[in-house]
Amino acid sequence: MPQLVLFWILAPISIVAAFGMVLARNAVHSALFLIVTFFSLAVAFLALGSPFLFVVQIIVYAGAIMVLFLFVIMLLGVDREESMRERIAGQRWMALLLGLGLLAEVTAAVRLGIGIRTRAAGDFNVLVNHGDNVRALAGVLFNGYFLPFEVTSVLLIVAAVGVILHARRRHGDGGPLDRADAPPGEPLPLEEPGGSTPVDPESAGVSGAAGPVGAAR
Amino acid sequence: MESYFQSYGVLLGLLVAGVGLVAVAFVAARVIAPHRPSPSKLTTYECGMDPVGEGWSQTQIRYYIYAFLFVIFDVESVFLFPWATAFVRLGMQAVVEMVVFVVILAVGLLYAYRKKVLQWA
Amino acid sequence: MIPAATLPHPPLVFGPLSPELVLVGAGLLVMLIDALRPGNTGRFLASLTFAGIVAAGIAAALLWNWHGPTLVLGGMIAADRYSVFFRLVILVVAAIAVVLSQHYLERSGEYRGEYYALLLFATAGMTLITASADLIMVFLALEILSLSLYLMTGFSFRRLASAEAAMKYFLLGAFSSAFFLFGLALAYGATGTTNLAGIATRLLFTLAPTQPRGVLLPSPALALVAAAFLGIGFAFKVSVVPFHMWTPDAYQGAPTPVTAFMSAGTKVAAFAAFLRVYTVAFGPLTNDWRPILVVLAALTMVVGSVLAIAQRDVKRMLAYSSVAHAGFILTAVAAGTAEGVRDAMFYLAVYAVTIVAAFGIVMLVSVRGERNLSLDDYRGLARRSPFLGGGLAVLLLSMAGIPPTSGFVAKVAVFSAAVRAGFWPLVLVAVLASVVAAFFYLRLIVVMYMREPEVAAAPAGETVLTRLAVGLPVAATVLLGVLPGVLFDVLAHPSVLPLGGFGFGL
Repeated sequence: MPQLVLFWILAPISIVAAFGMVLARNAVHSALFLIVTFFSLAVAFLALGSPFLFVVQIIVYAGAIMVLFLFVIMLLGVDREESMRERIAGQRWMALLLGLGLLAEVTAAVRLGIGIRTRAAGDFNVLVNHGDNVRALAGVLFNGYFLPFEVTSVLLIVAAVGVILHARRRHGDGGPLDRADAPPGEPLPLEEPGGSTPVDPESAGVSGAAGPVGAAR
Repeated sequence: MESYFQSYGVLLGLLVAGVGLVAVAFVAARVIAPHRPSPSKLTTYECGMDPVGEGWSQTQIRYYIYAFLFVIFDVESVFLFPWATAFVRLGMQAVVEMVVFVVILAVGLLYAYRKKVLQWA
Repeated sequence: MIPAATLPHPPLVFGPLSPELVLVGAGLLVMLIDALRPGNTGRFLASLTFAGIVAAGIAAALLWNWHGPTLVLGGMIAADRYSVFFRLVILVVAAIAVVLSQHYLERSGEYRGEYYALLLFATAGMTLITASADLIMVFLALEILSLSLYLMTGFSFRRLASAEAAMKYFLLGAFSSAFFLFGLALAYGATGTTNLAGIATRLLFTLAPTQPRGVLLPSPALALVAAAFLGIGFAFKVSVVPFHMWTPDAYQGAPTPVTAFMSAGTKVAAFAAFLRVYTVAFGPLTNDWRPILVVLAALTMVVGSVLAIAQRDVKRMLAYSSVAHAGFILTAVAAGTAEGVRDAMFYLAVYAVTIVAAFGIVMLVSVRGERNLSLDDYRGLARRSPFLGGGLAVLLLSMAGIPPTSGFVAKVAVFSAAVRAGFWPLVLVAVLASVVAAFFYLRLIVVMYMREPEVAAAPAGETVLTRLAVGLPVAATVLLGVLPGVLFDVLAHPSVLPLGGFGFGL
């Protein structure tokens, strides 16, 4: 019963917030709507008997990843008007139509495939959790699924290398340059260790020399 | 199951109380305070200085790197939590698995350190 | 249902994973050396990378006669010859790519230690996906290879085209990953497992009329939707129309050795997983997914071939041709038979070696960085440099499917598989598309052989290594065209099929 009450409170909130995220004109508003969606989903996980996923959803998604989103938005400038003009006529209607079609298809498939029920097959806490969700999860993760877990570390290190690659290019590499325009035979200026090449404020990164945040202009 | 939700009921009560308190304070201020706007009153308060430009300003790209590295190691820590609750029961294998995982990511951190990404230069 | 928590730890049989362990180990080593010895040259790390790839190749070759269980490490990894075959193809491509990359990076001055680490991780992702026997592993491997390739595509960050290519590739790739993940979730919802063989077993339960209905699932509808979503994920990676939009931009903008690497490696890796997932996990639904693949194959061949004609940039032209080739391979997949799988494997091996060498020659013609890429720059190339011109001509003939090259044999094999499965209209479309495609391949050959060169100088800077890197594939192209049996004999045995012929009643 509390599950159902919680569901009917959270489900509308998450859907409305999701629509708000897509429809909001301001990117920051979109991000805030997304946080609402993340939070309501997190509480839904909790109601379903998975407190660990609840915590992860809030720490990683609503916390870390949203911070990243907001950083990107702030980097690009919030007040920048995006052109909403469609370059292919009728794209929006087509997307709406196909999206609704997809929704209908998945709903029908779920209905046929496993059926849509209003009650769970059994108590998740008894069936799977054995009372302790985090320990049960650890038992799965570090036994049968230990290989995907280890492979995740490789994925994360690739991501880390990517960040470093992108980060380092800000130190005195100069701005974008089309190699085709460079005179033949002349070697490219290589990166100086320590960044002695002066940074061109126009082109070195988005705000290479913009100064600290919030500095009065 | 019921007691499980009841334990969160206290939290819910606190939440409602907290939101209610703030709401009451705001509504009371709006109702009680006199409302006589003038241009200087409507400007944004910026530590006594005249506000210049707009409220938004661009962030520096360097913060982004920290944020991104934070996300990566945040995901790592997420895996550490269930491991910490269960490694006694799971035995040596789980310990070795986590050591491999952490060492691989430590190589990433060492790499970032040596490449001077972590320095605020 | 057994509570998952009580499942014991799977035995640590790491043998079938040895090529990936070697590659990841080499990648970490490259990172460490690059971090601890900042003054190192690209040459040293390139040799280390090459050695790592060769070692992984040896490890993979030793697995050909693996006698242990077929599924190891908790059913995550398949120890079958199917994966060994594709791993070897990918490792050959990667080895060629290392030689090309070293040449390119040294000349363009864009060398960074990260490059070789990313190349090794990407290769590890590619080989891992060929051996993945669980959708979770497929997804993780797909992400590792994609993430590495996004970064490599944007490696020439001072060229806006490279950054733009990386951006487009990343955005569309992330979008396709979301589809794949959704499909994975639906597959789990439909069958209660992510293991490929497990999915097939549960589907057979559903489809068998003697089984009591509703034991596990009342209808395969959800599994079909899952198959469709997973298929979209793969279709993006192998650039099947209408999911090919990123291909021309990414191939054109990426540094040429990266283009060489990803055009061959991604296609082989993603098709290997595509074939395995569709024939093993969704094997019981073959009759349902075949018509969809037939339509996609026809569309892909036609669109890829026709759009390639309009291209004046050689890299872009080869990109569209790679779209068309995805269609030809899909023709064999659509057949849904063991023969189709074999012919697709042959085609992929042949195509991978051909395209990596073709982009290699394009790189050598560019001399340094991204230059001399328009069709006009190839005027009289055969006269200026008989080696590059002749080599490219052979590779183009192979891609056009003209005897006596391996491409011809591959196309005939693929078409005959489709005919035997009863898809002759599809083969008709395929033949017509081949004729259209032959036009733009032959046009480039005509330009190279029959047009007066604008400049007399030959593209300079080939080294012995780069000559070998493009020369050996050219030789292989001719050799497999004359003696295709060498490879077909290897593929004839049922043990080369996914999981030793699982789902084909072998």
